[in-house]
Amino acid sequence: MNIMQKNKLTWKIGGKAGEGIMATGMIFSQSCTRGGLHIYDVSEYPSLIKGGHNTLQVRVEDREVFSQERGVNILIALNRETISMHKDEIADSGGIICDVADAVDQKELRNDIRVYPIPFNDIIKDINAQPIMKNNVALGASIALVDYDFEIVVKVIRDSFKRKGDSIINENTRAAKAGYDFIKKNFKNDFGYKLEKIGDQERMILTGNDTICIGAINAGCKFYSAYPMTPASSILHFMAAQERRFNIVVKHTEDEISAINMAIGAGFTGVRAMCGTSGGGFCLMTEGYGLAGMLEVPIVVILSMRPGPSTGMPTWSEQGDLKFAMNASQGDFPRPILIPGDIEESFYMTMEAFNIAEKYQTPVIILSDKNLAESHKSLDKFDTARVPIERGEYADASELAASPDNTFFKRYRFTATGISPRTLPGTKKGIYTATSDEHDEEGVIIESIDNRLKMMHKREQKMKTLASELKQPELIGPADADVTVIFTGSTKGPIKEAIIILEKEGIKVNYLQISYLNPFPTEKVSNVIDSARKIVVVDNNFKGQLCDIIREKTGKTIVHKILKYDGRPFYPEEIHNSIKEVMSHG
Amino acid sequence: MVKMTDLNTIEKPNWCPGCGDFGILMALKSAIIELNIEPENIAVISGIGCSGKVPHWLRTYGLHGIHGRALPVAAATKLCNHELTVFAVGGDGDGYGIGMCHFIHAMRRNINMTYIVHNNMIYGLTTGQTSPTSEKGMRSKSTPSGVIEVPVNPIALAISSGATFVARSFAGDVKHLQKTIVDAVKHRGFSLIDVFQQCVSFNHDNTYDWYKQRIYDLSTVGHDPADKLKAFAKAQEWGDHIPIGVFYKVLTPTYEDELPQIKDVALVKQPIDKIDVGGLMDDFV
Repeated sequence: MNIMQKNKLTWKIGGKAGEGIMATGMIFSQSCTRGGLHIYDVSEYPSLIKGGHNTLQVRVEDREVFSQERGVNILIALNRETISMHKDEIADSGGIICDVADAVDQKELRNDIRVYPIPFNDIIKDINAQPIMKNNVALGASIALVDYDFEIVVKVIRDSFKRKGDSIINENTRAAKAGYDFIKKNFKNDFGYKLEKIGDQERMILTGNDTICIGAINAGCKFYSAYPMTPASSILHFMAAQERRFNIVVKHTEDEISAINMAIGAGFTGVRAMCGTSGGGFCLMTEGYGLAGMLEVPIVVILSMRPGPSTGMPTWSEQGDLKFAMNASQGDFPRPILIPGDIEESFYMTMEAFNIAEKYQTPVIILSDKNLAESHKSLDKFDTARVPIERGEYADASELAASPDNTFFKRYRFTATGISPRTLPGTKKGIYTATSDEHDEEGVIIESIDNRLKMMHKREQKMKTLASELKQPELIGPADADVTVIFTGSTKGPIKEAIIILEKEGIKVNYLQISYLNPFPTEKVSNVIDSARKIVVVDNNFKGQLCDIIREKTGKTIVHKILKYDGRPFYPEEIHNSIKEVMSHG
Repeated sequence: MVKMTDLNTIEKPNWCPGCGDFGILMALKSAIIELNIEPENIAVISGIGCSGKVPHWLRTYGLHGIHGRALPVAAATKLCNHELTVFAVGGDGDGYGIGMCHFIHAMRRNINMTYIVHNNMIYGLTTGQTSPTSEKGMRSKSTPSGVIEVPVNPIALAISSGATFVARSFAGDVKHLQKTIVDAVKHRGFSLIDVFQQCVSFNHDNTYDWYKQRIYDLSTVGHDPADKLKAFAKAQEWGDHIPIGVFYKVLTPTYEDELPQIKDVALVKQPIDKIDVGGLMDDFV
């Protein structure tokens, strides 16, 4: 054994759905973060409930980690299938923890891979636990292999199951301890990968969906409507679980059409409202999306992407709906589209989305994807005051009082900014009808040329006003970079990790993150393309949709595209290799 | 006191002369006056069709949305500000065709609101195609050889779907419709009023006279609206004698009653500037 690597580890657990894989992974992750370490995890699972192959891969380091990476150091195989499917992912001198019955012959494995067979059934019997506890036995075994502080694991188990009572806590702890003891007793302490506590700082472990929800609640979202659809469903679950704690009405509707129309009804009353779905559900929402644009009702729509077309690959990841989001629904209307790059940004951008929706009185899309929605990352607590709540313009009360009786309020008043002060139902002398037909300042249906032009310009002016108020993206990294990477959304993590590797090799890379597909930072992107030595666009879809958008907006063609559309998020190594290839070809 | 002039708009309705919609609008205004609800505390939500124009000719808060989707908008409007009196208005195509899914689920929810369906058994605004309530055999632009399907029975559907106030009225009897609307608004729960309405331009089968000759009021035959099975039996009556009036009525908790979140203060009136997610973040450590 010549490998000796501390606090840099990828731990992976695999087995059948229903074997407690996610729960075990979470206990492992929390045990790491309680010792001051950082984690990032990625789950893979098929679209079924029992059976089917599930994995969770946790990357642990002593610095902040931004994505998964290749090379599994410990593979916990709860069944034989896990070994055959993932043995090639195992890093140099990595280990496999598995049942004695599943232990494969070393001849079937690379020489450097170590197998740690564990008699799960005997151990379970000895400690008088249920068979499901074998995941905890395996967890304990992995803790022993990496020689980590077992007391932390005990505390995490206690906290995780405190609502379930002492007997459950004890059973889980006994199982983990039995696995830990078995390794300590039967194997030498010579596994090459170790974890060690480095501090006491407590970090949260959150997914992008979690942070969207916390951001929405902090922003004062009072109404959430959705129809379940992976990978957006956990937003519905989260909001529903918190509805009584934070006084939110959460509605699981009959379909996505109802979900967006309910959000519009809520937004019309003055409540901050959000709905969420994935691509298929957003297809159903598109008519309502345009309705919100026409009525100038603020709503926030979460579009969490998964690979299409149609049902596609429900539990996997892709950025295949960029152009769909930008072009959904008939006609032109102001349609801000925010696309957070990581789990932390999902929190702040959700808060910002509600402000933009209300200030500019229009539907705002937050684009996410499965990778961002369901991967966990350890994070410091958020600054809940960083994005102050801005509710936009309301009609002045004294002006309303002085207005004549029995008239309609000019809800769609022409203004320089395009923003017309609102009234809410219940407001005396604020009465108007919001209509999906083209209308005049009072909401009255009218089809004249003059009014049509003014109203189109008014609505579009809101987008110009927004564009003038948004910060332009900045080029991050060395000014004299050899390569400039342009991207949007969740490819940020693996790009940052790839840049760390490239820097070590002496290659200078900087990047431009596009956080708003609309209004698009055309001038900045154009300037960056003109001044960069080499431009590479990373796009997690088939056609290079971001490249298309860049071309549409700037007129510039992207030559070097790094595309991926196999349903999996990028690995840093893939981006690293592709950038090296681009460089070697001049 | 709310007066007719408070509800009138400068714009005049542009429905066809003789359209049943005039009677429905008049009955709605008269009911609001009788109930004495301030116009600013009313929201009228419509979809698309001739019925969809109602909010434009009635000076209350209104939202004229998209085809078939009035009910979800109206439901959320009520949930977010339950101090408002909420009406949804639509037609037979809007509510029983494209919006059928929302219709059934809205009734299951029993949100305290009133749904008025202008049922003229034809598509008017799109110039005369068959509707979900068109009778079998009816010839129309989209069914030149006659409708093959049997019509939807909205009353029977409502009784079986959880609506807690199910009535039918007639646009040609404004007094009856006014009283039905008043009763529906006073009822705590989801009220459906299916309103027979003549379409003078496109439905030459089910005319004003056709309805007039057939309808009779359930209240004149001693019908007990508390009896669900009898209500269901009455809902099957069609042909020479067609009942109008309240078929079914029951008091059960509304959707809002089951939401402690809005028990004390309407959702829209709850402040959002001092929400503390500190404890929520702690849950994730």
